[in-house]
Amino acid sequence: MDIRNTIRHYVLENFLFTDDESKLKDDDSFLARGIIDSVGALEIAAFLEESFGIKVHDDELLPENLDSVSNLVAYVGRKQPQPA
Amino acid sequence: MLPALRHRGPDGSGVYLDPRAAVGLGHTRLSIVDLAGGAQPMTNEDRTVWVSFNGEIFNYIELRETLIKAGHRFRTHSDTEVIVHAYEEYGDDFVQQLNGQFAIALWDVIKRRLLLIRDRVGILPLFYTVQNGRLLFASEIKAILPLLPVAPRLSAPALDQTFTFWAPRSPNTLFQGIFEVPPGRMAVLEGGRLRESTYWDWQFPADGDYLNGSPEVLAGQLYELLADATRIRLRADVPVGAYLSGGLDSSALVALIRRHSDAHLKTFSIGFEEQSLDESGFQQQMVDHLGLDHSRVLCRTSDIAEDFPGTILHTETPILRTAPTPMQRLSGLVRAAGYKVVLTGEGSDEVLGGYDLFKEAKIRQFWARSPQSEWRPVLLKKLYPYLDTSGSQGKAYLRNFYGIGLHDPAYPGFSHLTRWFTTAQCKVFFSQEIVSALREDATNGLVGTLPPAFGSWHPFNRAQYIESKTLMGSYLLCSQGDRMLMANSVEGRFPFLDHRVIEFANRLHPELKMRALNEKYLLKRAMQGHLPAGILQRHKQPYRAPDIPAFFAARTPDYVEDMLSEHTIKQYGYFDHNKVRFLLNKARRGSSMAYKDNMALVGILSTQLWHHHFIESFSHAASAGSAASIN
Repeated sequence: MDIRNTIRHYVLENFLFTDDESKLKDDDSFLARGIIDSVGALEIAAFLEESFGIKVHDDELLPENLDSVSNLVAYVGRKQPQPA
Repeated sequence: MLPALRHRGPDGSGVYLDPRAAVGLGHTRLSIVDLAGGAQPMTNEDRTVWVSFNGEIFNYIELRETLIKAGHRFRTHSDTEVIVHAYEEYGDDFVQQLNGQFAIALWDVIKRRLLLIRDRVGILPLFYTVQNGRLLFASEIKAILPLLPVAPRLSAPALDQTFTFWAPRSPNTLFQGIFEVPPGRMAVLEGGRLRESTYWDWQFPADGDYLNGSPEVLAGQLYELLADATRIRLRADVPVGAYLSGGLDSSALVALIRRHSDAHLKTFSIGFEEQSLDESGFQQQMVDHLGLDHSRVLCRTSDIAEDFPGTILHTETPILRTAPTPMQRLSGLVRAAGYKVVLTGEGSDEVLGGYDLFKEAKIRQFWARSPQSEWRPVLLKKLYPYLDTSGSQGKAYLRNFYGIGLHDPAYPGFSHLTRWFTTAQCKVFFSQEIVSALREDATNGLVGTLPPAFGSWHPFNRAQYIESKTLMGSYLLCSQGDRMLMANSVEGRFPFLDHRVIEFANRLHPELKMRALNEKYLLKRAMQGHLPAGILQRHKQPYRAPDIPAFFAARTPDYVEDMLSEHTIKQYGYFDHNKVRFLLNKARRGSSMAYKDNMALVGILSTQLWHHHFIESFSHAASAGSAASIN
């Protein structure tokens, strides 16, 4: 599964408790929708580390990186080693 | 009805019937004062006033003297008897003379009126329903159920309130048509009509109009009030023990007991497997300091799962945390030690300003005066350590979560918005059927019932009022208090909830309760010199028990799989089975850290168990001629 779908399924199932794709748009702000609080952000960080083999640093726990599917996809893309 | 209340009164039972008025009073007794003479229901000199009551009147000795001087003749030495004579002497206002905890049913034979009265803060329960022109009342709903013609239904608004405030808002219960007499209120049935009135409520001064006096003087007054509240709560013809968690409140109580009595003092506490929840080091400090005979019961995580269904049988309502369950083990320890009565420290946080929620509300108020401030919200990191470890991440999430309602700090529920918002996340699991049955926003419903003077109170006092009326009165004293004590026929007594202590504390300047972010400042001052420094200085550790791990870390009990199965969720109809399935998967994976996931799981499971115990298993009492016909 690609990065985007992996992330989408994770957020849908663990924070919206559904597999209905229509319930989440890629650009939806998690904070604005009240889906994820600061503890939820830590859960997402753990998920990213386990699923994509990256290390999430404390100062990267920011809405710019974590607050929507699009932001998460971009963040993971920046963190993963690029092909030579 | 009486057999259902056997656990509340295993030492005896009694019945009074007035056939002409079709009235009956029943009672199951837990013998504590005047063991030989105190049987109930009890009557006055000429048998024209009858009472059945649950609780204690702690100032009964003084009241008895006053009433005897006024010409009343007593037959017993029990505290119960002051009730009937006080009613004769003072009429309905008699309740103002009582210092105690009580649920009272009083029948005036001549005037043909029934009084149902609950104590000022809700220590003891009192439920009622009206069915086909008949009023049924009881200490627990399980005594009423067999007399209903059909199975009761769940009240959707009450479920909505539970998933906001942690319990249905008084007078509601989770059962449609069954209500409680709210704390501080009296219901009078007369001439076929039921009328309610308030005889006592939490009151605070208008902002600025506080008690005068230096902290030293006021601390001394607080100490004397607490000492007297403790003294009169030691009155019993059986031994009295105490709960000792090792926190400031229970430690203060134990020190105050010791001031009045050198007698052997037995104390009790719970221990947990999980180290972060265990407080035994502090308990040992107090044991060594005062020479106590201390017992602990270890509550294993697996014990919680095992005991949980029984907990709901006693709470008669869903709960959002497993915290009550170990309290039942604790009262079991008390019983096994041969004790029927314990003093315990509930109420101190509400009355004297102990909760982290009050600190949070204070910081939020401060922040609201300068909402753009970068550093004001950072104060919250001092309060919640897990935020402090998250580096700069804190700010955006802090702002978003803890900044709820910051634009309107005058909103009456401001102090509690973050808790209500978090809890309300659990409503995402409601079924469509439940959602469609909801007409009113739970929060606005509460705000509409606040007293007229509320807006004139200091924000700290407003927070105290809401906390005392919602979490304490409807959850802490009931599900975590009385029900868990009475499950093992143990009576709890609450010196911090003596109404003289409350009335004094309510008139204190808020800074004496929370000095900057130093909680229970005046209590600590009052107890200086009476407690070890380590106890006075320790950071408050809220009482918590493991939630999701209790059910999913090791083997998941069969009842959990059954109650949360797609089949049962669909069958009961309260929750969305698809969403519950995802929550279950998350719980099984062990990746749920958020409070709201824990609350949702425990809340859903306990609601399912509630339905299984009380609705699915409902059966109407077979015979009208049995004890069940008493109302």
